[in-house]
Amino acid sequence: MSTSLRPVLSPPETELSPELLRKLHELMVKGRLLEERLMQMYRQGDGYFWIGGPGEEAFNVPLGLLIEKGRGPQYDYCHFHYRQSATLLAMGADPIDSLRMMKNTATDPYTGGRNFSGHYSIREWNVVPISSPIEVQYAMAPGTAIAQKRIAGGRGITIVTGGDAGTAEGDFASCLIWSSRPANPLPVLILVTNNKWGISTHWQGQHGEKRISDRGKAFGIESKTIDGNDPEICYRELRGAMEYVRSERRPFLMEAIVSRLYGHSSASGANRVNDEADCLQGFEHRLEERGLLTRAQIEELRARFAAELQEAHRKVRQEPMPEGRTIFDHVFSDRDLVRERP
Amino acid sequence: MSNMVQAIRMALHVAEERHGVTDIFGEDVGPPLGGAFTATQGLKTAWNSPLDERGIVGASIGLGLAGCRNVAEIQFCDYAFNAIDLLKLGGMIHWSSNGDWNCPMTIMTPVGSGIRGSIYHSHSFDATATHIPGYKIAIPSTPKDAYGLLLSCVVDPNPCFFLVPKALMRVRAQPGEEIPGEPGDDKALSKLIDAPLGERSQWKPQWPDTPDLFIPFGEARTVRPGRDLTVVSYGRTLPLCARAAEELSREEIEAEVIDLRSLHPYDWERIAESVRRTGRALFVNEDTEITNFGEHLLRRTVEELFYELIAPPRLLAGAHVPGIGLADSLEMASVPQLPSITEAIRSLARIEP
Repeated sequence: MSTSLRPVLSPPETELSPELLRKLHELMVKGRLLEERLMQMYRQGDGYFWIGGPGEEAFNVPLGLLIEKGRGPQYDYCHFHYRQSATLLAMGADPIDSLRMMKNTATDPYTGGRNFSGHYSIREWNVVPISSPIEVQYAMAPGTAIAQKRIAGGRGITIVTGGDAGTAEGDFASCLIWSSRPANPLPVLILVTNNKWGISTHWQGQHGEKRISDRGKAFGIESKTIDGNDPEICYRELRGAMEYVRSERRPFLMEAIVSRLYGHSSASGANRVNDEADCLQGFEHRLEERGLLTRAQIEELRARFAAELQEAHRKVRQEPMPEGRTIFDHVFSDRDLVRERP
Repeated sequence: MSNMVQAIRMALHVAEERHGVTDIFGEDVGPPLGGAFTATQGLKTAWNSPLDERGIVGASIGLGLAGCRNVAEIQFCDYAFNAIDLLKLGGMIHWSSNGDWNCPMTIMTPVGSGIRGSIYHSHSFDATATHIPGYKIAIPSTPKDAYGLLLSCVVDPNPCFFLVPKALMRVRAQPGEEIPGEPGDDKALSKLIDAPLGERSQWKPQWPDTPDLFIPFGEARTVRPGRDLTVVSYGRTLPLCARAAEELSREEIEAEVIDLRSLHPYDWERIAESVRRTGRALFVNEDTEITNFGEHLLRRTVEELFYELIAPPRLLAGAHVPGIGLADSLEMASVPQLPSITEAIRSLARIEP
């Protein structure tokens, strides 16, 4: 069976508008400060464990802005991993809810205090529950894409994200195979944020493939590796790849090389590393050079968000914790929520 | 009168025609084969998947999250073990999202011994399935129960396991146990819904008009009433228990036999009511005996009914060995058979307090 594909259009080289660049920057700052606040909460005992994605904002923010957000197969399904708080912010999530999840309060709208920080779940936006195994989302993604492929004229796609280490698991191969079956190729945007680490183990000693994206080629999947530290490249490349998946109803594999600025999680100390590129710093230099933002404006932005997060933290501290007797709630559902009309 | 695979096929037809099932899939589930045991022949939404159990369970969850009722088959439960964490994930979608998401999906898989399936086609799954919270679990022992339980699985908003005892797949319904609307004549039914051997690309089934019949979860069935002891079983060993009880009535031992049918939720009330009457309880299944679901029932019997017991309750289960050996003598020695069940009932009935 033929696997010949229409060529992917290169994303236009046109400059992103100043408004969009400022928006990207604002959300990246917000995402970074949110993660810093969450780490601080951990250190102050307002949470048992921190894990997140500081250093991946240049990729996560454009992704969040480009997602067609909504409920049901007409919209994008998001099978994320636990380093994407910046994507959620870009989609419109309220930062205080991330603090609630960190502190596992009863008010945590995502899990009700049941899961770790960064483990979002929002049915209203098709964000399926994020779980700690690093690979299972790749196995689930084809399922939502099968449902989307069936909709005549549908443009909703399935977006799945994982890290480089997780691609060693069989579920990543499952995703490549199931998305590219000649019997039914699927509209899945398969994303890998390659931060070069699996906890303490470096990529180089474990992976013989030169690029993770090379693995897509064997399946006839359009594949690309991009600089995940440049938000302009990420925005353009994601937009191009998404348009391809939306219109061709076929998979696309994108690997983004990103930085891990605070290690794996609180389990490894969550200390700032100095030998990795900081996407936010690099972007701010560029915006200053182009005269789009001044240092004073950047500092003002930071101060404002920092104060907002500090206030949110204070508020969350006062909120109730879940009661032990609620453990039996929601083992089974009485309602078929996913089949109810939006 | 249908056998169990035909009953399953008819239920799946009703499920895709009337209850919104959009996908029935797994290895060799679609045409031309229609399932390793022919349970999915002729179904319009059946399709073949890659040989990838993790992919199958993952796709089933994804379809469920997208609101598509689906039945995913693991060809033999022996091959479900590499998908355990995905199965667990399916069971925690609703709970981990604090009630925001649900995930309608049915995992159908053949279980147990009885076809000389050797090490990798004889495993049981009831102990494993009951150890994964968040699932409703059905295991029929008759074609009609298979029909009604499977329909309950597909319309449930939660993940379900539908465990099919391989040994009972070709066993026909007893008179009085037919599915309403099915032809009484075996050959007539076969002509309607069994795919012809060989070339079958143009074949289309003619489905009999069978009704919506939902056998609820958590409702056991008393197969045989009795005053002397209570035998609780399900799946392959259930008909053996019924036969043993029949034979022992000649020795004036009257055993009550309960078919649990649904392992979660399960019908504790019926078990407890019976054991209170008889004072003696025997639990029979063929999964390995250590950390066995029958042990759980036995524990509740001891904890909740201790002062109403006349004799120590007992579990008869599979030997705790890694697999079931191929040779007839090995399989017979590994899992409960008619003689060992008969002897277990007889000895329990004869214990004098």
